[in-house]
Amino acid sequence: MTVLSTIFSFQFVDMWLRVATPLIFTSMGAVVCERSGVVNLGLEGIMLSAALMGVLGSAFSGSLFIGLLSGLAMGLFLSAVFAYFHLVLKANEVLCGTAINTFAGGFTVFMLEIVTGEKGTSASIKSMAFPTVDIPIIQHIPVLGQLLSGHNLLTYFAFIMVGVLWYLLYKTPIGLRIRAVGENEHAIHSVGISVTKVRFLAIMICGVMASLGGMYLSMGYLNMFVRDMVAGRGFISLAANAMGHATPVGTMLSALVFAFFDGLSNILQALKIPSEFVQMLPYAATIVGLVLYSIQRINAVKRHKAKSFA
Amino acid sequence: MKTRSINQLVDSTKLAIVVVVACLLVSLIILMVSDQPWVAISSFFFGPFSTIRRIGNILEGAIPLIFTALAVTLIFRAGQFSMISEGSFFIGILGATIVGISLDLPAGLHPIVALLVAGLLGAIAAAIPALLKLKWQVSEVVTSIMLNYIIQFFVIYMINYHFRDPEASSLASLKIATTASLPGIVPGTRIHLGLIIALIFSALTWFFVFRMKAGYEIRLVGDNADFARYVGIRAPLVMVMAQVVAGAIAGIGGGVEFLGMYSRFKWTVSPGYGWTGIAVALLARRNPIMVPFAAIFIAYLNVGSGIMARSSDVGSEIVYIIQGVIMLMIAADALLQGWRQRLVVKSATAMEGI
Repeated sequence: MTVLSTIFSFQFVDMWLRVATPLIFTSMGAVVCERSGVVNLGLEGIMLSAALMGVLGSAFSGSLFIGLLSGLAMGLFLSAVFAYFHLVLKANEVLCGTAINTFAGGFTVFMLEIVTGEKGTSASIKSMAFPTVDIPIIQHIPVLGQLLSGHNLLTYFAFIMVGVLWYLLYKTPIGLRIRAVGENEHAIHSVGISVTKVRFLAIMICGVMASLGGMYLSMGYLNMFVRDMVAGRGFISLAANAMGHATPVGTMLSALVFAFFDGLSNILQALKIPSEFVQMLPYAATIVGLVLYSIQRINAVKRHKAKSFA
Repeated sequence: MKTRSINQLVDSTKLAIVVVVACLLVSLIILMVSDQPWVAISSFFFGPFSTIRRIGNILEGAIPLIFTALAVTLIFRAGQFSMISEGSFFIGILGATIVGISLDLPAGLHPIVALLVAGLLGAIAAAIPALLKLKWQVSEVVTSIMLNYIIQFFVIYMINYHFRDPEASSLASLKIATTASLPGIVPGTRIHLGLIIALIFSALTWFFVFRMKAGYEIRLVGDNADFARYVGIRAPLVMVMAQVVAGAIAGIGGGVEFLGMYSRFKWTVSPGYGWTGIAVALLARRNPIMVPFAAIFIAYLNVGSGIMARSSDVGSEIVYIIQGVIMLMIAADALLQGWRQRLVVKSATAMEGI
């Protein structure tokens, strides 16, 4: 009963949006990549590295903006490495992504130790965080104000990016090219467009999104970097993208579903269930979500076939 | 030159380049960050050979990597990208722990039973993403990674709630019976019987992959699933079979590592041998016979980085940076491809001249 009442509270909505923000950012990146025909398994590592560099950049410059730029630069660098090895040197995307993740897991702790002398967190250095935003007028409206106002700047930005990427993919020539490369690379090659260039662009856009998702974790969700803090969110974002059929809105909804279980696991910590089971919840939900999606897709294909025979 | 020897030449050159680049990269990073770079570099590269005990550390450290890399090799050979070796290894540790604590068996039999249970649990774990893909075409990559997290929490739960030593201040299981431990084989080191088991498994896996029908089917399916289907191989079943066998190997690896090196369970997170196993498998070019050598190389880097971290101001995490770079370079199929092409063309033209 207490769990139910907590779920239907403003605090829960607040937490739900907090845990959803990194998933929305990163899964939007996954959408752009997937649309161009690339599965970016390196999202996890890109998020983690950007999370650290954002913290370090802001701590050393004393400027949030420089922190943001540092995180983006790191994310774009790793994305460029991924793109170069995958697109030019023809490395398998799963191996490429795993390599990026391995690198990032070591690199972040290595850097953290050099800078702070510790391997666990960046708590000893003072870094910046993205501010929360109170929306004028709306914040004073009861219910609506509590629901919509007072969230982190990046949370709003994440939802805005869903719209921006939808526009980019469906209403601009670049989006058309990205989608065309993903649908049929030979066709787009035959009209004289470089498949590699389009995919490179998609991977870089994805890198920006994943970097923002990572930076939100260390400069919004928490106010410091913690080793391995991404904890599978890059992979869960890929799952959200698969469940959302690589459409921006569908993927956002899937990310919200996964985030719901993430938030739920935060609440259930208070109950007498062993905490290990509670911690499993987001990962188990992701597997269940993927399975349900796949079953439904198979059924859709069957129906489609049955229809075309009739 | 025959195409086969051209391939060997190009592949070995690539491997040599990768190893050299990895070593140069280590030195470069150390030079950039360290106040006493020569101490760090020499303790990294030469430290592992300075005492018998440290040479022993390399071989001990190679044992778990051999198992996970063999598992990764089988999975990749079948064209699958399940990352379950990590989870299978960890749940294998749990299996060996449970048998070691709860059963009362004679010395020879106890480890065998423990390893069988470890392998069984590993196989079951690996079967889950494999079957989800077989039945509903769910991508094994993401499900296996998610499952690794679930297994990690499940194993910690089992130890914490059912096999925890109430006297221990931090999370640790009860001690296992001494009858279950794998004996040491080299005095003055902690090298244990597991090394022999690992080498036997490498040979067996080689035989399985290159000399048995099932192994041939795995390679065929991995190289070209459509072709395999046309010649009447049930590709989906072969893929599942490869992953289940791989899970069993990784699980046994977990059991071996635990029974050889520990007397109680002390992990708080999954130890990561499955991920490192990917780097080892790639370095061994997915050849089971080469796996022990690649494992020893990576274990050498691990031991070196540990010694360096203790004797200088450079952190041991540098090895993961190198592992990532090694994986990237080896995975880069197009690296040296132009050279290979030119050699093939040259030998073909020469043949025509005759």
